Amino acid sequence: MTADAPRPVVRVSDLHKSFGEREVLRGIDLEVQAGEVVCVIGPSGSGKSTLLRCVNLLEQPTSGRIELLGAEVTDPDVDIDRVRTHVGMVFQQFNLFSHKSVLENCTMAQRTVLRRSRAEADRVALANLERVGLADRAHAMPAQLSGGQQQRVAIARALSMDPQLMLFDEPTSALDPELVGDVLGVMRDLADAGMTMLVVTHEMAFAREVGDRVVFMDDGTVVETGPADEVIGAPREERTRTFLQRVLDPTHQSPTG
Amino acid sequence: MTVDLAASAGRARMSPRRRARLSRGVQYVVLLVVLAVLLSTADWSTVGQTIFNPAAAGEMLDRLPRAFLNTVTYTLAAFAVGLSLGTVLALMRLSSVAPYRWISTAYVEFFRGIPALLVVIAVGYAVPIAFGIALSSIIAVAAVALGSVSAAYISETLRAGIQAVPRGQVEAARSLGMSHTRTMIQVVLPQAFRTVMPPLTNEVLLLTKDTSLLFVLGQTPAYFELTKVGRDALSTASGGLTGLFVVGACYLVITIPLGIVARRLERRTGGHA
Repeated sequence: MTADAPRPVVRVSDLHKSFGEREVLRGIDLEVQAGEVVCVIGPSGSGKSTLLRCVNLLEQPTSGRIELLGAEVTDPDVDIDRVRTHVGMVFQQFNLFSHKSVLENCTMAQRTVLRRSRAEADRVALANLERVGLADRAHAMPAQLSGGQQQRVAIARALSMDPQLMLFDEPTSALDPELVGDVLGVMRDLADAGMTMLVVTHEMAFAREVGDRVVFMDDGTVVETGPADEVIGAPREERTRTFLQRVLDPTHQSPTG
Repeated sequence: MTVDLAASAGRARMSPRRRARLSRGVQYVVLLVVLAVLLSTADWSTVGQTIFNPAAAGEMLDRLPRAFLNTVTYTLAAFAVGLSLGTVLALMRLSSVAPYRWISTAYVEFFRGIPALLVVIAVGYAVPIAFGIALSSIIAVAAVALGSVSAAYISETLRAGIQAVPRGQVEAARSLGMSHTRTMIQVVLPQAFRTVMPPLTNEVLLLTKDTSLLFVLGQTPAYFELTKVGRDALSTASGGLTGLFVVGACYLVITIPLGIVARRLERRTGGHA
């Protein structure tokens, strides 16, 4: 990638997405600069996962424009496989290849897409497994690992492609509470190392501490965006305040429609 | 008002465990009675003469190895065609290209709907007449005729297997930059085949038995398969139906170990996430 300093890694403009009649995204504008960690928060059904999935075209946007690393992915003739090579994605359900070992999970795309030699792919994979603290489980099968371990392997698998940008889709939502910390720790290390990250999360503490910027979404629009401390610590919008109150103090809620 | 179960214990009905034991006892008794009736009503001297006649069985012994081998060969040839064509058809059925889907659907509906015997006759006699090409060996006819019928069933089985692979597996592969085709070959198909192992085993067993249909081709003795040998034994020897029972046992010698191997394989490749 050429180092045009001001060009953002991600630029989303006026993004719309409908599933049939239902409009899930109603005009989203978002930019992520190199090295920035942007956390997207909001109630379930607000469209934050759909936004993330649109960024690497797992969902086809209905209209709008998305640029990734200078390539316009909304162009019908884009070589999306090539763009995705530079963008790592981590899913809520881990999605490790269940018929392959941990090491093979991390080497498959390196070998077939990047055409790395077996030795090279193994070396990169082991280095990344080391990074997430699981080098000793390289020959285990995914089903033998805990959820937290599987998610860390998924992160290592994405990192093995040397991505310029990492997308996280609620990476800790499917985990038992005591396993969340390991995954967040890995993500924090990643952020500290300068990785550009777009994270959809319900972990407010993580968003506040690790996130450079927080985007609050509700009902398919961006309601509020700003430095993490401001949006979570002193939200300007009423909707943001209500949401944060419900998330941060769930035991003192009266049921509402 | 609290419930006191101890107080009402006296008039409690029979416990579920006792009821289950009683009902199982009744079932065993019924089974024994049925067996006893069958054994006592059969005419054993005639049975020994016409169904399990050792002399008649001995007479056909020299033709069995050849026929056994032929049956296995025909099965393997047909399965090779069935599996590869079936995989192509399954992928076509799931393709985003509409004509591929139509072709696949039409093929499956056609070959599922007509008796395999007709296909064997068609390939054996009609094709040579229509196209002037005679399939040189019975193996080729078996592969083409039984293979194309089997492909229809295998494609449907495999389609279900492919659709059972979680969408997340595809999304993970695609998000790593793997192409649609690469994803199919390396992620979807291996998992799909693992899922459909049991019905696929069924397909091989059915195929093994379907090779008996090849008798209509009236081949030379070197190409006889098991059923043909059994039928011939019917008309020549004095052993009555013995020939059929002997070849029946031969089929079991093929199918039962196959079932055991498949079960092993299934256990070894199991361990779904």
